[in-house]
Amino acid sequence: MTDDPVLTVTGLAKAYGRRVACRDVSFELWPGEVLAVVGESGSGKTTLLNCLGGLVPPDAGRVRFRRRSGEVIDLVAASEALRRAILRAEWGFVRQNPRDGLRFGVSAGANVGEPLMAIGGRHYGHIRGSASEWLDAVEIDPARMDDLPSSFSGGMQQRLQIARNLVTHPAIVLMDEPTGGLDVSVQARLLDLIRRLVREAGVAAIVVTHDLGVARLLADRMLVMRQGCVVEAGLTDQLLDDPQHAYTQLLVSSVLTV
Amino acid sequence: MTADGYNFGYLDEQTKRMIRRAILKGVAIPGYQVPFGSREMPLPYGWGTGGIQITAAVIGPGDTLKVIDQGADDTTNAVSIRNFFVRMCDVATTERTAEASIIQTRHRIPERKLAPGQILVYQVPIPEPLRWLEPRETETRKMHALREYGVMHVKLYEDISVKGRVSTAYDYPVLVNGRYIMRPSPIPKFDTPKMHRMAALQLFGAGREKRIYAVPPYTDVVPLDFEDHPFTIETWDQACALCGATTSFLDEVILDDRGRRMFVCSDTDFCQERREAGHRGDGGPNPLEEAAE
Amino acid sequence: MYVATKGGEQAIANAHALLAEDRRGDPTVPEITPAQIREQLRLGIDRVMAEGSLYDPDLAALALKQARGDQVEAIFLLRAYRTTLPRLGYSEPVATPEMRVHRRISATFKEIAGGQILGPTFDYTQRLLDPSLAETGEIADAPAAGQGVAHPLPRVADTIGREGLLEPDAAEQDDGPIADLTREPLRFPADRAMRLQALARGDEGFLLSMGYSTQRGYARNHPFAGEIRMGEVAVEMVAPELGFAIDIADICVTECDMVNQFKGSKTELPQFTRGYGLVFGYGERKAMAMALVDRSLRAEELGEEITAPPQDPEFVLYHCDNVEASGFVQHLKLPHHVDFQSELHVVRGMRAEAEKALAESPFKEAAE
Repeated sequence: MTDDPVLTVTGLAKAYGRRVACRDVSFELWPGEVLAVVGESGSGKTTLLNCLGGLVPPDAGRVRFRRRSGEVIDLVAASEALRRAILRAEWGFVRQNPRDGLRFGVSAGANVGEPLMAIGGRHYGHIRGSASEWLDAVEIDPARMDDLPSSFSGGMQQRLQIARNLVTHPAIVLMDEPTGGLDVSVQARLLDLIRRLVREAGVAAIVVTHDLGVARLLADRMLVMRQGCVVEAGLTDQLLDDPQHAYTQLLVSSVLTV
Repeated sequence: MTADGYNFGYLDEQTKRMIRRAILKGVAIPGYQVPFGSREMPLPYGWGTGGIQITAAVIGPGDTLKVIDQGADDTTNAVSIRNFFVRMCDVATTERTAEASIIQTRHRIPERKLAPGQILVYQVPIPEPLRWLEPRETETRKMHALREYGVMHVKLYEDISVKGRVSTAYDYPVLVNGRYIMRPSPIPKFDTPKMHRMAALQLFGAGREKRIYAVPPYTDVVPLDFEDHPFTIETWDQACALCGATTSFLDEVILDDRGRRMFVCSDTDFCQERREAGHRGDGGPNPLEEAAE
Repeated sequence: MYVATKGGEQAIANAHALLAEDRRGDPTVPEITPAQIREQLRLGIDRVMAEGSLYDPDLAALALKQARGDQVEAIFLLRAYRTTLPRLGYSEPVATPEMRVHRRISATFKEIAGGQILGPTFDYTQRLLDPSLAETGEIADAPAAGQGVAHPLPRVADTIGREGLLEPDAAEQDDGPIADLTREPLRFPADRAMRLQALARGDEGFLLSMGYSTQRGYARNHPFAGEIRMGEVAVEMVAPELGFAIDIADICVTECDMVNQFKGSKTELPQFTRGYGLVFGYGERKAMAMALVDRSLRAEELGEEITAPPQDPEFVLYHCDNVEASGFVQHLKLPHHVDFQSELHVVRGMRAEAEKALAESPFKEAAE
């Protein structure tokens, strides 16, 4: 089973008018693996993530996803109904801004419970039980489950998003700058939590970040993007210790010299 | 010939055909909201124009019409709508639920079980059950199409966890025929179970929002709930003060400024029939004698 | 003592008799005729026709009399009547360049071909109450309307358009079938033809406020009044038996071409864009407001950032119709006691639980 990738992306491309955001992006993702996509802003990494997450329709390419059932579906060619159903039940998407990824009008418990209800959960006690367990897992006191997300700190809101996205035990989680905008100490704790949860849940993750430190801490492998293209890909340690492409070398050296 | 030289039922025949096509589509896809070219009627939007257009499209000279508002035939808006149809169609009207072939209603379903062949026409203010959760029509139509209804249960969940119970008291959302979530119009929760597998045809008209939908006879209509927090309806400790009924929806009537009150049937025909059959409540004077004076 | 209320029918009849009496007012004052309203309260008639979507000054005058001067009520009366009229066909588009102009101004050029024609305007009047109008009397002679006005008068937009500085007329861009808002429900995304139909019959006050808000900085977009013209246009219809268009009526309309900045995009050169307004009768304020809102509703099409309600078609189009809005707001007057009874049940239940919880609370004594 694990010999097959859970996700195979080939020739993905997206342009906005004449501006090319992504061109010919191809990669594979294996179950349980964490892949970091790094690059500066405007490199196309967020567009890539939005294409994968169904927020933006790509212009070309295939996104083949192996479902739990073993069936392989090209999400680009699939009907909107099937694509949305798969994304709902088997994917998660942690957004950079918690306002995009959470419902601020309902309690933390409802936020974590919603994905369960969306896939048919109809037992209030069970939904509440799961929500409580997941809040605990992301280090939020379950006693606060009836509080609104707006009463939480930025770091807690991100952890709440993670709980909401893992509660359905997805195969893949997308994360867009999950530590962006947080204090350094809060970042470290969150990264630690993400690393632990991703390992425990056996979920594959694609993490978009401009921060090589985040990539080093979380990722097994990395893609380096520049001007919409993947310029280098490889194992994280290898790539950071011995970058081949001139742009990667520049990125790595600029971090080290700071 | 009807009054003032207007066409039978006020609407021209082309418009009636357009509305009938929308109704047929609604019947074919129970609970699905069919957009239709709603017309301006001589009664205001929000006062039953959707129901009036449906009634106008399905009524014929042989029909007997009953119109109720809040369960009663003599509330002002019910009187006004009934007069409109008398003027525009010259049809027979009745206050007897059993005798009506078409019943147009606002906010209630009659207590008496409806029979095959009867049509119940609901006036609908806001047809979209997802409206309070998502204001955009483009998005709600997609949610219906893809059956993305999880958010409906989020509302119920939130009610239970924050308020201890589901706070929706009327216009309680239902799942129709296992497919579409539908608003039953602002009928009290008490009436919701009557919709399930009803023998009569149920038609819903929202004039201002330009939607028609339908529940064909004997269709499943199930209120949304949780397995461990099942749907419940209102109950009263009292019986109707006039007819002694214990199974009907009761209106609370304030008697004086000292807070004294009594409870009477909201469905005036149901109450009347029971009293004619000799049933008496104990809370009030004999209303038949009062009325005879 | 309780008797179920009966007699709604009698109460309604009595109310309507009172209405008729109040409508007449003091019987020693002569009764106003629809003809007087039509001739002397013409702008009131124009608004009723525009938002009532029916060009018939006599019926509009009757409606305004029946509505006791309440314009929204008169609009409603006209709309309800309109429902009963058969739809015989559709006219050809009216040709406003062919208009017999009574008024025509442009703020974008000092001189325009054919000249600035002020016409019968309130502009530049000093708003001082005129006691002489309290009396009846003769008025001074005015120059005959349209005297010395060239015909036809070219549209200002066509002058700027020749250099490619102004985007082409929408009518030249799109030949697709045009939906009829009075026969079909509004659907989204709504194309520009559908949006303009909704705005043309939309509430003047609503559009005025929406348009005004774009000038103050919500959905900011700097407009210039390219041209406003008012006058008579011919309505032509192709009769199937004849095979060619015949003139069936002359109607008065006001047209506004608003010219707006547009920075250009990666694919488009910078050029001016336009907002368009057209209403029945002499309705300059409405036509201008409509043009502002038409332009702001094009935000998505022109790739502008959407930040405010005037750019949101669902918000504007679902709420601009005063017959819909007035009905729904006022339906709150209808009895809602069944719903209220259900709500009472829920609130009483919740209060009972809360009181019980409070009674058992360990903090009870401290609270007391």
